[in-house]
Amino acid sequence: MAITTTQLLDRPRSTSAAGPATAYAVMLGLVAVAAVASVLIGSRTISPTALLEAGPDRTVLEVRAVRTALGVLVGVALGLAGACMQGLTRNPLADPGILGVNAGAALAIVLGIAYLGAGGMTSYVVLALVGAALASVAVHAIAGIGRDGATPAKLTVAGAAFAAAASSWTVAVQLVDQTALDVMRRWQVGSIGGRSWDVVVSLAPVFAVGVVLALALSRTLNALALGEEMAAGLGRHTTRDRVLVGLAIVLLAGTATAAAGPIAFVGLIVPHLVRTRTGSDHRHLLPLSAGYGAVLVLLADTVGRVVLPPSEVQVGIMTAVVGVPFFLLLVRRGRMGL
Amino acid sequence: MPVTTTLPDEPEVRPDLRTATRRPRRRRRLVIGGLVVALVAAFAIRVLLGDYTFTVPDFFRILFGEQLPVSTFILMESKLPRAVLAVLVGLALGSAGSLFQMLLRNPLASPDIVGVSLGASAAGIFALLTLGLRDGAVSAFAVVGAVAVSAVVRWVAGTTGGYRLVLTGVGVAAAMVSVVQYLLARSSTWDVQLALRWLVGSLNNVPWSTVGLLAVSLAVLLPTLAVMSRSLEVLELGDEAAAGLGVGRHRTDALLLVGVLLTAVAVAAAGPVAFVAFMSGPIARALMGGRHSLLAGALVGAVLVLLADHVAAYLVPDVVLPVGIVTGAVGGPFLLWLLARGAATGRTG
Repeated sequence: MAITTTQLLDRPRSTSAAGPATAYAVMLGLVAVAAVASVLIGSRTISPTALLEAGPDRTVLEVRAVRTALGVLVGVALGLAGACMQGLTRNPLADPGILGVNAGAALAIVLGIAYLGAGGMTSYVVLALVGAALASVAVHAIAGIGRDGATPAKLTVAGAAFAAAASSWTVAVQLVDQTALDVMRRWQVGSIGGRSWDVVVSLAPVFAVGVVLALALSRTLNALALGEEMAAGLGRHTTRDRVLVGLAIVLLAGTATAAAGPIAFVGLIVPHLVRTRTGSDHRHLLPLSAGYGAVLVLLADTVGRVVLPPSEVQVGIMTAVVGVPFFLLLVRRGRMGL
Repeated sequence: MPVTTTLPDEPEVRPDLRTATRRPRRRRRLVIGGLVVALVAAFAIRVLLGDYTFTVPDFFRILFGEQLPVSTFILMESKLPRAVLAVLVGLALGSAGSLFQMLLRNPLASPDIVGVSLGASAAGIFALLTLGLRDGAVSAFAVVGAVAVSAVVRWVAGTTGGYRLVLTGVGVAAAMVSVVQYLLARSSTWDVQLALRWLVGSLNNVPWSTVGLLAVSLAVLLPTLAVMSRSLEVLELGDEAAAGLGVGRHRTDALLLVGVLLTAVAVAAAGPVAFVAFMSGPIARALMGGRHSLLAGALVGAVLVLLADHVAAYLVPDVVLPVGIVTGAVGGPFLLWLLARGAATGRTG
């Protein structure tokens, strides 16, 4: 008779025509296709048989394999972080790039290199996490001041302002400190090329914690999606929940920024597209966003390699090319409750 | 007899009325006068002080053609063009920003925040790097870029001002930054000075020809703006009220176009100096006691750019930071403060 809270929360909001099993299968298939394409296609396109014999092609493949692994990592992190952010803030425009989290991470890394003598991937990751955390707290605190609280529009503007200020400081520090400039230059636009396995290995633990935490919080996000008061009424510790989700976002966005520099719009687009198919149940939204995040980053990177030869369009620029029209469409359709 | 009972009242009322209408006008005159003094002072600081100082008599002797070893070169080729450009860029951006904020009735809707500056920047650097154009042609491209971006923003945001406009601008600005970064990354020679100029705005190493070009453009645009801005007070009441008073929407569009052009020529000369257009209006308004004033906005803009450039040049020894870094580092927190105070949330579209 009586429907328990758990049943209420677990009831699917909308069912996709094909059902979740097919959705996951399609997602995994697309990730596999994108990964294979990312390994084989580039300024030098390689046939799969080259894997079997040693030679220059095999070296190229190994370099591309690192790049692909990093792309998967960054894409999963950004897709998940975006979905968590949109759920936590109930803000359709939320994205680690738009809300200034990536800019905060970048500033922290530059400051660390210039004034704390940081060097090496591990210290960059720690710095990125600290910066991402401070930035998200600052942006939300500032946007939350005032009677109407942190509305999507206020958050977006606060994020843009924070990002602008943080990137000014970043450039200023780079100009003063030559080491910081050298490290940051290849990092500026967001790129997953030219990294070694060490980067992937040193990022993996933090990344794994973030992914597990985010996926474990999918029911919490479902409850929070009902609104602060309703969630509290259902017996949730909303403050604790928010802190945990915030932690997951910081871990994921910080990892992605440390690995690839600021890449915007992946966290924005992917959850929206996934939501149109599966509805807003976070138990499916989160894993699917993670997978499609990887697909988007890998495809953007692969297309960027071949679209304007001989040079390469960085993945951060490619995602902006796709992401900005999407962002404008969202604004134009007025789906952020203005 | 009844006449004498009514007459004595009048002299008592009139002085009050007169002072009431006179006070804002006096304040306006005081503020404008004060800003002009501040502008002259800032200009003097920028030109005379720094790591190479000039005395006032020396300054005028060099200005009137006397050749002093080293001094003449430093003043005429480095400090003076820089300071003059700072004034011109500040005037253009300050007036454009105040105009936008006034017409769109939104303190966030300045050309740098709604993406117009970066649109000009992207088109300018495209002309410079990809098409290999120089000076006037680059400015023309910047103008085209600025107009195109404002058309896109206006089309996406619809006729409403408010947050939709600002959000659209944020998105378009992000796209334009990507374009600039891509064009810079693609160019065969990675020139840091060039990148800084077109991404953050810089007055470093400007030739006199750039200054002259901007001066000529402003000599046309600013008087046009002054003539057209007579209808501003009516337009500030809102489109409908203005239409009721006989000032149509096309007047708003024409004024916005002047604002876009002012922004574009300034960006073509010095790059998208961050937040100057955005900060000038609210500062001028606070000084004027809540009233909008284009002239005050323009003067505040010029003072801001001069002081920011002085700080940028001498803050860190041996490093000349671009001016846009300082205005960005100061302007971002200012915008956040404005948001926190709720000043920016009062009117939403």
